[in-house]
Amino acid sequence: MTEEYINKKIVVKDATKIFGKSSGRAIQMLKDGKTKSEILKATGATVGVKQVSFDVNEGEIFVIMGLSGSGKSTLVRLLNRLIDPTMGQILLDGKDIVQMNKEQLRNVRRKKIGMVFQNFALFPHKTIVENTEYGLEIQGISKKERNEKATESLRLVGLAGYEDQYPKQLSGGMQQRVGLARALANNPDILLMDEAFSALDPLIRKDMQNELLQLHHDMQKTIIFITHDLDEALRIGDRIALMKDGEIVQIGSPEEILMSPSNEYVERFVEDVDLSKVLTAGHIMKKADTVKVDRGPRVALRLMKQLGISSIYVVDNANRLLGAVTAQDTLEAIESEKSLNDVLISDLPMISPDTVLTELFDVVSTASIPVAVINEEQKLQGIIIRGALIGALSGDNDFINKDGTVDSEEQTITGVK
Amino acid sequence: MDKLLPRLPFADWIDTGVDWLVDTFGTGLDGFADVLEGVVEGSVDILDLVPSILLAFIFALIAGIISTRKIAFFSLIGLLFIDYLGYWFPMLQMLTLVLTSVIFALVIGIPVGILGSQKAGVRKVVNPILDLMQTMPAFVYLIPAIFFFNIGVVPGVVASVIFAMPPTIRLTMLGIQQVPKDLIEATEAFGSTTWQRLFKIQIPLAKPTIMAGINQSIMLALSMVVIASMVGAPGLGEEVYRSVTQLKTGVGVETGLSIVIVAIILDRVTQYAGNRKKKLGGHSL
Repeated sequence: MTEEYINKKIVVKDATKIFGKSSGRAIQMLKDGKTKSEILKATGATVGVKQVSFDVNEGEIFVIMGLSGSGKSTLVRLLNRLIDPTMGQILLDGKDIVQMNKEQLRNVRRKKIGMVFQNFALFPHKTIVENTEYGLEIQGISKKERNEKATESLRLVGLAGYEDQYPKQLSGGMQQRVGLARALANNPDILLMDEAFSALDPLIRKDMQNELLQLHHDMQKTIIFITHDLDEALRIGDRIALMKDGEIVQIGSPEEILMSPSNEYVERFVEDVDLSKVLTAGHIMKKADTVKVDRGPRVALRLMKQLGISSIYVVDNANRLLGAVTAQDTLEAIESEKSLNDVLISDLPMISPDTVLTELFDVVSTASIPVAVINEEQKLQGIIIRGALIGALSGDNDFINKDGTVDSEEQTITGVK
Repeated sequence: MDKLLPRLPFADWIDTGVDWLVDTFGTGLDGFADVLEGVVEGSVDILDLVPSILLAFIFALIAGIISTRKIAFFSLIGLLFIDYLGYWFPMLQMLTLVLTSVIFALVIGIPVGILGSQKAGVRKVVNPILDLMQTMPAFVYLIPAIFFFNIGVVPGVVASVIFAMPPTIRLTMLGIQQVPKDLIEATEAFGSTTWQRLFKIQIPLAKPTIMAGINQSIMLALSMVVIASMVGAPGLGEEVYRSVTQLKTGVGVETGLSIVIVAIILDRVTQYAGNRKKKLGGHSL
């Protein structure tokens, strides 16, 4: 295949699935740009997936989301040909799976793609470890080896010790862990997860999402995750494809989908989203006013007067945050000939730019001065003021930084030297 | 009312067809019939070598291994009662006939059922044939069976096989088709071959349903033995048939009761074999 796809794990081009008999005529109508309902009326054929194109990068979590009937479950089944596409190309590592014969397809399913199902789809007559090793068993791998791999896989999902139980004896959350372990046991590059957590209750679901993110972080698999839950999509997706009526209406990062919905449908979809769980400190922080510690208290005080603020952050020469000083303390320092260091308040509320707003409320509400946002190297990124927090929650875009960063350079004041 | 349409001689055509079949395949079938008759009668003779009381204990023991102690106990009492009434040998003849018929019904029925579960085309052909097999009065099978195999054990077995096979085929198809779709998807998604999907997932999961079919087949074969006695099949059925023709109510009830006892034993034991997994804390669909 061509060079542009070198880093693409999966490339889908024009994939289409038409259910029903007169698919030939339906394809023609599709090419003529007719809609799903027009085609249904004219030919009786249902368009499940309509000329969908996208690609998935190696190691990313790609979420396909949409309401029921949007074609997302059909789309994910096209990727391992549980459903044969009517037309289009699906390239896995550059090889078109649509053109493969049975034997090649079976090999891809055995080695490359694992799948996790909405209702777990565990085999009720097999024990947990037998379920987990199923994918290895059908490859003819020796009993000892597959048992080792299955046990390891179960340990990864936190189910060590349950090997000899039957699926019925486990709770829903545990059953889905088995489903995940079964998919991981083959060590596939790609994991297809079809509404994998939708049947679980909200608390368990959140745990599973966290564990999936952790596993993804450790194992770096490419994951295609299907969901109808926007919060779930935003939480775990590196990129999200939004589907409607068999088409993808928008692909983008969670932020792009939220901040710039490409059309009214997406906008309506995201309008109810709880912004406090999506926006981070980076989105709402403001440029911080700072003074370098060696400039001394007089400069600091003058700066505060100029800016009309009652406290200022103190940084070292590398812009690392040392603390803050108040105007009152600075004045006293000048009078008693002390340095800025002596009046420095170093016990400041500090957070990282990735902190979501829900976790900010507590810190911001109790802080007497604006909360500092710092990165891993202790460098000051910006500050959070209460007004911006409230403004952002109300959906006011003026308070939201699109790229999640803000310049924070040391204030230079004219006339002071 | 005179016929507007000429009456088509269906009956004549069928007779001609059967005659042709008998002429063409008769000799080959004779060989088959001889072997079958030899096996059935040989088995009866071997079983008869064992003292009846000992054999009753052995049967009860087998019932106990497959099912429960209660059923084993009932089997023992029931069989000893049949022996006490003096119908031990006809009971053995009937049992052998029934089991032989059922073995044939399963050997043909289960593969056909499996095939039917996989291919819609096969189902379309098999289903109407099964309807025909089940609704056609059982006596009708006996007539051509006599032409092919004369009277005796073999036409009885053949008629029983035809009559007993449909439930096994139907319930095998049903059981396999009833395996949930997401489990099938799961086996496919992991790259199973058709063979692996069938033998590792579908058939094990369909087992209770298939066993119910086998149970039904046994019951139908048992109900066929009285009818088969009309073409000379030996056994308890023969005794019943004789008591009917001679209007001997007492003998009729005795032999009828003996058949019922055997039926209950076979039914309970096979039912239990089908449901055993559940009781061991295993699965159910």
